[in-house]
Amino acid sequence: MDALRRALDSDIYYSFRRSPVVMLSAVVTLLFFAGAIFAPWIAPQNPFDLRQVDLMDASLPPFWLPDGQAHFPLGTDTQGRDVFSTILFGSRISLLVGVFSVVFAMVLGIALGLVAGYAGGTIDAVIMRVADVQLSFPAILIALLIDGVARLVIPQELQHEIALYVLILAIGFSGWVQYARTVRGSCMVEKGKEYVQAARVIGRHPVAIMLQHVLPNVLGPVLVIATIHLAIAIITEATLSFLGVGVPPTEPSLGTLIRIGNNFLFSGEWWITVFPGIALVVMVLAVNLLGDWLRDALNPKLR
Amino acid sequence: MIAFVIRRLLQAVLVMMAVGFVAFSLFAYVGDPVAIMLGQDFTAESRRLLVHELGLDQPFFVQYVHFLLNAAQGNFGISYRLARPVSELLLERLPATLELSLCAAALALAVGVPLGVYTGLNRESWLSRLLLTVSLVGVSLPTFLIGILLILVFSVVLGWLPSFGRGTTVALGWWTTGFLTESGLRALILPSVTLAMFQMTLIMRLVRSEMLEVLRTDYIKFARARGLSDRAINFGHALKNTLVPVITITGLQLGGIIAFAIVTETVFQWPGMGFLFIQSVSAADIPVMAAYLVLIAFFFVMINLVVDLLYYGVDPRLRIDRAAAAGHGH
Repeated sequence: MDALRRALDSDIYYSFRRSPVVMLSAVVTLLFFAGAIFAPWIAPQNPFDLRQVDLMDASLPPFWLPDGQAHFPLGTDTQGRDVFSTILFGSRISLLVGVFSVVFAMVLGIALGLVAGYAGGTIDAVIMRVADVQLSFPAILIALLIDGVARLVIPQELQHEIALYVLILAIGFSGWVQYARTVRGSCMVEKGKEYVQAARVIGRHPVAIMLQHVLPNVLGPVLVIATIHLAIAIITEATLSFLGVGVPPTEPSLGTLIRIGNNFLFSGEWWITVFPGIALVVMVLAVNLLGDWLRDALNPKLR
Repeated sequence: MIAFVIRRLLQAVLVMMAVGFVAFSLFAYVGDPVAIMLGQDFTAESRRLLVHELGLDQPFFVQYVHFLLNAAQGNFGISYRLARPVSELLLERLPATLELSLCAAALALAVGVPLGVYTGLNRESWLSRLLLTVSLVGVSLPTFLIGILLILVFSVVLGWLPSFGRGTTVALGWWTTGFLTESGLRALILPSVTLAMFQMTLIMRLVRSEMLEVLRTDYIKFARARGLSDRAINFGHALKNTLVPVITITGLQLGGIIAFAIVTETVFQWPGMGFLFIQSVSAADIPVMAAYLVLIAFFFVMINLVVDLLYYGVDPRLRIDRAAAAGHGH
């Protein structure tokens, strides 16, 4: 209760309440997460349950156009699946891949950053050199390569099952550098401070010092990076799926839906592509706006 | 200076060796070319002979050096999918990718820099606010979606521009160009706008923040105190000083453009290297994948190297910092 009152009284909450755009993006982000988590219960139809899909309903336009039907608000695709439901299920996959790859990149980046910053010397030089080299290549290219190579190495019959994990690792691995650099920088500042020296004097283990004393003090910037990284990870996943090297078509993400719909652009069924596209952009935009706000709110220099 | 250049060169060679190693591992551990070449009927003896002939019984390291030597001469073997030499395939598609990338980079600069200057100078105007909001939307729009939306509007609904391919091309020696025919130029518009969009927003934001930074400095205040015209201050003093980082970032972004060309080329079925790469990934065509990997890494390493050296040449402060650091015994 006390913690809650303190949170409501803070600067960050104040700047949050002052900006309608930020509050709106927070609501939109929450709605997307809620929609993704509860998709099986709130979607009007399970688009992957063949008993619920009727080919007679195929290629219906959205409800406001002639021939549109009220129980398919955003129309149906060429197999009679409700576009609104496929978007709900699709954002489930998109967010799942996005969140887990951010977590993976964050854990890897924080660990390497802490080690590099705390240990210094050769270990630091090696880790940061690798980071420099990786940073000179675009993340999407690295994710594409890891994913492409993994596809060749993994036997065919396993590919569909573990495609999702491969994708998470590929996207996560392409994003750890930002975390590592930030954490290393803060860690080098923190380790010279008295509380760290005190902890060292009383004989705490270096790993315990890093995790319990240094880590909590470098988490602010990490949170900002993670938010902006989530937007990038979602875009990367969508791009890879659009290129046909992402999630398997049996569990379509928003990117896969756009890829499938792209084939029907010329036959006039624009809604199969455009609505998943809008969903993707709104989701990424909301997360980006939150990230921008968080960066400004947590950085006292900009105030 | 010489030590700096040598260190950067060594680093570049190391990166290329590492990339070469990854590419070579693809060959060594993925798929079995011997089985493909032998076909249905073979004995243990004929297999052993072929393995020996191909040099596959030699130690890993010897094979790796062979691969590096061949790669340095542009020899990457033969595509599994198209049964043609990989270097030939890549060379055929190189002009398409380079023409697209250069057009996109030129477009991004030509639009991004003026917009950045405008939004930097007129911070409070409604147009600047609008442009900044639009640029945030632009960052949130994935490249492939921009392409699809442009196709939907300009090809499907309006029918103005072609949605795929390069149009008619003219061959100048081995280089094929789309610049000389009307259909080639028309085909170039949508892909280059798609590819330029992200870089454009990036350059605009960068120029804006650099302008804001420079406008706060003392020498700009001093220039105002001297009574120079706004025009002379903004373009003679401020813009000139923002251009160094802008040129650096744009140079580095050229690599990003080549990488995102994969996406744009797939959307528009543009017959470039990126499209070839995606087709090769789907078909597990390892020689093409390996060669593309090495070639792209080479582009990146070269761009980074040139940018680093340029930066060193352009910004005298870097040299002083380094000398000072050396003086302190670091």
